[in-house]
Amino acid sequence: MKKLLALAVALVMILSVSLAFADGIKVGIINLDPAESGYRQANVKNLTDTFTAENGYDATFVTAPTADKQLEAARTFINNEVSYILVSAAETTGWDEVLEEAKEAGIKVFLFDRMIETDPSNYTAAVVSDMRQEGETAVAWLESLNLDEYKILHIQGQLGSAAQIGRSDPLTEKCAADEKWTIVREGTGGDSWDPNEARKIAEAAINAGESFNIVYAENDGMADGVVAALDAAGITHGVEGDVKIMGFDCNKWALEKLLAGEWNYDGQCSPFQAVVIDEMIKTLEAGGEIEGLNELNQIISVEKGFDATTITQEDIDNYGL
Amino acid sequence: MSVPVKRKKASGLSQLIIPLVALGLLLLFNLIRDPGFYSVSIAVNNAGNPVLSGNMISIIDSASELAIIAMGMTLVTAACGGQDISVGAVGAIAGAVFVKVVFAFESITAGALLAGLAACILGAVLFKLFNGTLVAVFRIQPMIATLILYSCGRSIAYWINGDATPQISSPILSAVGMTIPGIPVPTPIFLVILTGLLMMLLFRVTNTRLYTQTVGINQGAARLNGINPVRIKLLSFVLLGVCVAVAAVIGIARLGNLSHKTILADIEMDAILAVAIGGNNLGGGRFRLSGSILGAYIIQMLTTTLYAMNVATVNVKAYKAIVIIVIVVAGSPVVKARLSALLNRVRPGGAAGLRGVS
Repeated sequence: MKKLLALAVALVMILSVSLAFADGIKVGIINLDPAESGYRQANVKNLTDTFTAENGYDATFVTAPTADKQLEAARTFINNEVSYILVSAAETTGWDEVLEEAKEAGIKVFLFDRMIETDPSNYTAAVVSDMRQEGETAVAWLESLNLDEYKILHIQGQLGSAAQIGRSDPLTEKCAADEKWTIVREGTGGDSWDPNEARKIAEAAINAGESFNIVYAENDGMADGVVAALDAAGITHGVEGDVKIMGFDCNKWALEKLLAGEWNYDGQCSPFQAVVIDEMIKTLEAGGEIEGLNELNQIISVEKGFDATTITQEDIDNYGL
Repeated sequence: MSVPVKRKKASGLSQLIIPLVALGLLLLFNLIRDPGFYSVSIAVNNAGNPVLSGNMISIIDSASELAIIAMGMTLVTAACGGQDISVGAVGAIAGAVFVKVVFAFESITAGALLAGLAACILGAVLFKLFNGTLVAVFRIQPMIATLILYSCGRSIAYWINGDATPQISSPILSAVGMTIPGIPVPTPIFLVILTGLLMMLLFRVTNTRLYTQTVGINQGAARLNGINPVRIKLLSFVLLGVCVAVAAVIGIARLGNLSHKTILADIEMDAILAVAIGGNNLGGGRFRLSGSILGAYIIQMLTTTLYAMNVATVNVKAYKAIVIIVIVVAGSPVVKARLSALLNRVRPGGAAGLRGVS
């Protein structure tokens, strides 16, 4: 109750301030908890840096880790008659009603980072990552190495998350189709992306005498956990080592490990959707039409994969989170 | 006169019977399942240092944080008759303080790390004193008092650094989290031994053990005998704070980074379990640190065994729960009473028989 009250007071204050001062474009932004990961932190920062008063916005930010809090925030935004709502949803379902309310109120909704399962007419545009594309890029890179055999330690992320499914599927499909490719051991953080769980799984595989030459970890933290286990067991890794290390997200520290040759590959997951949405809103405000959307009203972020042998300091500066 | 003394000694030892038998059964199970489980090999890692590897090494190494925190948890349990469920969250705060202070220096030197360690211990102790004050002074149930930091501790940790996963790598730190160059045994193992020795020293030199048990058994009687229960309870939280800080630094040193969300995640539950498996009364009073430490290694051994059996990681927790229920029930007063009654019937002097087993 206190929290609600505090939130209400905060909102009223922000509103009164905005009424008193400027007539910027009113935007409500709903995101997840920035403490979740390096990705989320960069994502939140990117949005707060873009939707500023100097840039002509009057933006309110809510970061909530659960679906109910996010829906609550969305209703508050509708009541406060914002012009635009931006959402990165904690859960893919349950948004239909709120999105329809927003549509009736004439509010335009943008999805960023991840999709919501709803009719494409319920949102103006979705600027999202294609997680499956990330997995496919990584598998294609692995294939391009032309190894004699692919013995893979597969560390999955939080089970059921879009990132985990998208990054796992291309690998498991490839392993089922090609007999040179085998998954030696598969493990997961279960309900988290815990690097320590990854370390334990790797330790168990090493102690069981299982040999693998590739670590396919579905985010940087988990790859780091596996590397700790390899170091502890005296197994070499990286460009000169026995085991190839693959991670995702392109945290700055991870890309530095690539540059140092300790890791081999890192797949990008772009958290920088703010600029694209900013341009779209400016276009709409100027009376224009948004172009380049696919049949699902999406714009898919272009995402790279980095190779330790070709990465440069410039890449780290440009793409590191 | 000699009879009650003898009985007291037997009951002290019998506390360890259940965990020892459980550990023995786990060892036997692995021996039958795969003798290779016990193989230990030596190799050279990326940094060119010799390292030991094998399941037993992993177990003893990975249980380090848990063993250290379980010691502190035992003291809080004994003095307050309740448990602190915020150790993981306060560990995250301690870790954040450590990183913050180390980063305040220009480069990561030994001095910077020591300053970080000192600040980290101080931070953890302060937050534990907050818990301790609620418990000892305001007489709030420990679980409720510590629930506050349990739920908000990781957010506080995040505020301190404002960075989701700060990276902190230095040769000294990796020597703490992994191995000291030239010594193939993982360093955290030595830190557990060191913590255990310091605790033993504390009990030898001071009356802490006696006073803690007295306060745990009967506060009123303790006060009448000139022991200040508030001070003893606060002391138990202070010691837990030190343990948490050490565990947090090990956690950071292992990976060379701090993840506020996952460092020492769920360790409070395992620590309480370790105390329970060790045969300590969760309602306070008599305690044995060795029981809790044994409990910590049993929990880790169970996890490693399940991983070695290639049980899918999502199912590990469920299997673990089954075995732990069996151990805890076997150690429950009801089962213990039945068991010793049975032994007494089979052979007079059953207590002596129990002593023989251990």
